[in-house]
Amino acid sequence: MTRRTINVEYLARVEGEGALNATIRDGVVEQVELNIFEPPRFFEAFLRGRDFREAPDITARICGICPVAYQMSAVHAMEAACGGALPDPLHVLRRLLYCGEWIESHVLHIFMLHAPDFLGCHGVVEMAKTHGDLVRRALRMKKAGNAIVATVGGREVHPVNVRVGGFYRAPRRADLLKLRDELQWARDAAIETLNWAAGLPYPDYERDYLLVALRNPSHYPMNEGRIVSSAGLDIPYDDFENHFQEIHVPHSTALHGRTKQGRSYLVGPLARFALNHDRLSPEIVALAEKAGLTPSCRNPYKSLIARAVEVLFAFDLALEIIDGYREPDAPAIDVEPREANGRWATEAPRGLLYHRYEIGDDGLIKEARIVPPTSQNQPSIEKDVRGVIEANLDMADDVLQHRCEQTIRNYDPCISCSTHFLKLNIERLTGDEAQA
Amino acid sequence: MAKPKLAVWKFASCDGCQLSILDLEDELLALAETVEIAYFLEASSKTVAGPYDLSLVEGSITTPHDAERIQDVRRQSHKLVTIGACATAGGIQALRNFADVKEFTKAVYARPDYIKTLETSTPIEDHVTVDFNLRGCPVDKKQLLEVVSAMTFGRKPMIAADSVCGECKARGSVCVAVAEGTPCLGPVTHAGCGAICPAYGRGCYGCFGPSDAANMPATARLLQAQGLSEDEIVRILRTFNAYAPAFREESEKHDAPNDQC
Repeated sequence: MTRRTINVEYLARVEGEGALNATIRDGVVEQVELNIFEPPRFFEAFLRGRDFREAPDITARICGICPVAYQMSAVHAMEAACGGALPDPLHVLRRLLYCGEWIESHVLHIFMLHAPDFLGCHGVVEMAKTHGDLVRRALRMKKAGNAIVATVGGREVHPVNVRVGGFYRAPRRADLLKLRDELQWARDAAIETLNWAAGLPYPDYERDYLLVALRNPSHYPMNEGRIVSSAGLDIPYDDFENHFQEIHVPHSTALHGRTKQGRSYLVGPLARFALNHDRLSPEIVALAEKAGLTPSCRNPYKSLIARAVEVLFAFDLALEIIDGYREPDAPAIDVEPREANGRWATEAPRGLLYHRYEIGDDGLIKEARIVPPTSQNQPSIEKDVRGVIEANLDMADDVLQHRCEQTIRNYDPCISCSTHFLKLNIERLTGDEAQA
Repeated sequence: MAKPKLAVWKFASCDGCQLSILDLEDELLALAETVEIAYFLEASSKTVAGPYDLSLVEGSITTPHDAERIQDVRRQSHKLVTIGACATAGGIQALRNFADVKEFTKAVYARPDYIKTLETSTPIEDHVTVDFNLRGCPVDKKQLLEVVSAMTFGRKPMIAADSVCGECKARGSVCVAVAEGTPCLGPVTHAGCGAICPAYGRGCYGCFGPSDAANMPATARLLQAQGLSEDEIVRILRTFNAYAPAFREESEKHDAPNDQC
């Protein structure tokens, strides 16, 4: 019997700080823990006593990669609490802003964080030496997404233009039309991305996930929908807490999401695509299939293809919105506070993001609860890593270690969101050795 | 000549300021040819050991472990530049400095005994010598590029330290405070964003923190005249730079009405 220890100081190319601890005793995986030690920042605590109109600016600061997602869940939850439905042009502008964030976040992950795993590089700068055209195309696509966020939201990171009730200033039609040519180039680049993604070496691994995503009668889900699952769950978005729970485990400052029955589940692009492919255009579904992604796909490494599909979708949708855009009469509707409880879920780039607020008639927040996608995916990440180690025990330590990191990166984990770094320790023990 | 070595470090933060480096879509590859990106975990799994010519530090100090780690980062760094409101002022998480952190932990976590955290969130400068503080929540990416260029080539960064008002005039925006009576922190907020908020029809909410010569009492009087209550003045000053001295001290004046009569 031998003892093998794999120890990686830090897992790179994720947003935030954590570690993975895996113990293998006599060739059997004993324990896998995604150890998140990102310092807690206590958003839900200091939101209490703040004005309900401050929630979109404050919660944006949970994550610099997906601030729009936090702003969208927050403003919708507040509008749900206080009453008031947005007229169509404002609603559509929110979708446009969200398109920008999906593009910026997905392109960052596909090319800068995830692709190096498939191409055998350490990062995007190294990748630029061997795959210069690819990296330049990626940067240009990302810039096109960021340009949407900057035009509609005022700046790329922590946009300033989102408010409860709509926007501070609606963009001029001429401002949006300026984005058009570059978006047209970028949607073709997104098709090239899918063709490129088809040729990547995806490890053979599948798991029977419980998939959870929003679903909406007419659109691929972004800002609204019912919560559905691959097991037939179909509930209103505000019923989330009756079906899902968060559990505090000792090894993580991020809470762990599970169903009320204790089952782990998967949110994010793979789940969204599987549950909502019929809401995409036949052209996009055909391109996805050509790239190797079908609705029945349960290979987590192919989440890269699902992101690429959603990038193409978001470019097409952004173009459609811009072409049909009419400047609204007012940039926002009035939303007056009342004593109420508001709940909402939107689809952040990494998956379902649920907010609940209780506010008083003075407009002050009494209680806040935020359930980010990475918290919900944590148990699933641990299960995947366990499965991958079990299926690859013969691998050399450094290869197995890399495969585990790649498996975690499938999730595009945003550890800053879920609290919040990854240090990887794989320990191989024999029966007579004490656990570290 | 060897390229200057750049390192990027994260403490308690949202990642948005280091993301600004990756958001330099037009300059990133040129930057990587000029400096060696030796340690930047968000972007590369390859790390080169220190010492480093320039360290960019994002985030605030909120745990005992991080209070030690920043000392180690300083020892390895020839120049150390903080990036963003968390690193320069303690960030939004410094709202705990005005509250009871034990109660905060109980409000968020079922098992507070699992959580190790400090009572306060503090800026990097409270712990080690900082060569330059770049403000903003988030930092402006062009300013970030300027600071990296200046620091790696041994010149002073050209970063204006006046207020958002100057940038707002330069942009040609109508003053939202004067024309519409909208509460605006522009007069006391550090320049750097380009005065985005007034251009979008809203008052500045101070995300770059206080400017060098901020006249806080005058701004507080203006906010009062615009109808803000004492609680509202406290809230407008206590966001992403709540613990920056000028904002903190002024907010304390309005938070303790009994001492102010």
